[in-house]
Amino acid sequence: MSYTLKLRIWRGDRDGGEIQDFPVEVSDGEVVLDAIHRVQATQAGDLAVRWNCKAGKCGSCSAEVNGRPRLMCMCRLSDFEQDETITVTPMRTFPVIRDLVTDVSFNYEKAKQLPAASLGPRDADGKRRMAQVDVERGQEFRKCIECFLCQDVCHVVRDHEDNKEAFAGPRFFLRYAELDMHPLDTHDRRELAQGAAGLGMCNITKCCTEVCPEGIRITDNAIIPMKERVVDKKFDPLVWLGSKIGLRTKDDEGRVEV
Amino acid sequence: MASTDQGVTSPTRARITERTLRQDRWWLQPLTTFVVFSAFVVYATVRAFMGRDYYASPYLSPFYSPCLGDCVEGASDFGQPFAWWPLSAALIILIFPLGFRMTCYYYRKAYYRAFWLSPPACGVAEPHQSYSGESKLPLVLQNVHRYFWYAAVLVGLVLTFDVVLAFRPMPAEYAVGDGETSGIHMGLGTLLMILNVAFIWLYTLSCHSCRHIVGGRLRHFSQHPVRYRLWTWVSRLNTSHGKWAWYSLFSVAIVDLYIFLLATGTIQDVRFF
Repeated sequence: MSYTLKLRIWRGDRDGGEIQDFPVEVSDGEVVLDAIHRVQATQAGDLAVRWNCKAGKCGSCSAEVNGRPRLMCMCRLSDFEQDETITVTPMRTFPVIRDLVTDVSFNYEKAKQLPAASLGPRDADGKRRMAQVDVERGQEFRKCIECFLCQDVCHVVRDHEDNKEAFAGPRFFLRYAELDMHPLDTHDRRELAQGAAGLGMCNITKCCTEVCPEGIRITDNAIIPMKERVVDKKFDPLVWLGSKIGLRTKDDEGRVEV
Repeated sequence: MASTDQGVTSPTRARITERTLRQDRWWLQPLTTFVVFSAFVVYATVRAFMGRDYYASPYLSPFYSPCLGDCVEGASDFGQPFAWWPLSAALIILIFPLGFRMTCYYYRKAYYRAFWLSPPACGVAEPHQSYSGESKLPLVLQNVHRYFWYAAVLVGLVLTFDVVLAFRPMPAEYAVGDGETSGIHMGLGTLLMILNVAFIWLYTLSCHSCRHIVGGRLRHFSQHPVRYRLWTWVSRLNTSHGKWAWYSLFSVAIVDLYIFLLATGTIQDVRFF
């Protein structure tokens, strides 16, 4: 069954733009990206949209659908009423390039500032070993497809452009947490996470978790554990005392602050 | 309302004037949180400052437990080291559960959204011009959460002890016939206190700081199998931390209200045996 979808799309560039109406014929089972492509094919050949896999795995088609950050390819039209108007805009946290395409280089700059894993020496047979249970812990974090919807929705930078310099954002707190939990990594990134990455600016309002298309529990499993690790390092006198008199486990030994 | 030239309306972004394009009722959740939390705060403040009608033997209100001030007879199971305290005895101990909840990661989310509108909902621009989060005083003090958790465990133990005491026989004046005051007793108050302490423990043990302390801070789960197992249990509870926060908030208020009504003689305890 097909019907005419009341679709509105933001069109423009850095100099200005507006939301325009594009009523378009759609069918059952289609997603927002299908409707966008049909508009591109039939009504606006120069509509700029970034997309690739159409399967929710490449993280390219991030946009905002009715004000909510979504992957357009994973946003089913059947989730809306047929007479409902659907408004699609580019992500509103990043500089717009044209139409639905934004400049997400902020995220790549933040990625560069995060020191990569530094593994310790190999075992005698030249291999490195991790127990399965330790491997599994980081698997959730590696599901990230870098769609940057969490970065888009995070009010710390979405509502405060001036915070962009001091704040890495949820996607990178995920990475900080993953590495901090890594048993073979020798870097201690806790000071860096709190200082240069601005972990303290996060007020854990969980929007990153709400929008993650991979269902990663960013706040509960990465940001809060990372905040607790920073407390160990910077704010908890008992932890400090325990490590001085040898009561703490030696779990953190061998790490060097970066 | 949106922070002009700072947020979604700053010059490089797509030129859209609305602070949000969300069409759903995004305001409902923060509004509900605001109303319910405010109601609880008003109720708890009134009851905490009241300084009376908190004990109806064998039940002691959780707002006043342990009762360390100049409390009514039978209410102080741990002595009265603060008998000199001129104000309500609740104020001596409420700071601990209050601090635990104020610094709780779930409540922070809830009240930052509902009371400070930072942000009111996802994708809805906040009204503030500047933002430093929890990186500066006073909000950097949220990092003491784990110390309040230690205190909350002690409070949880005391409330558990209160539940045991709630099985005590009722005093003679409540007796209906011979032998009514001997043996153990159970009434609706006991049942409410059991439910309350269950929710309090679920809330306390599902805490993010608890999760970190029991095993989350480790880097090698494989070398600490017992702590890893504890961590998996706490992690399972932790997924519903917000739910336990709400349930325990209601249960503690309901238990207090029930005991208040008993103590003022408004109602009689429903006795099961």
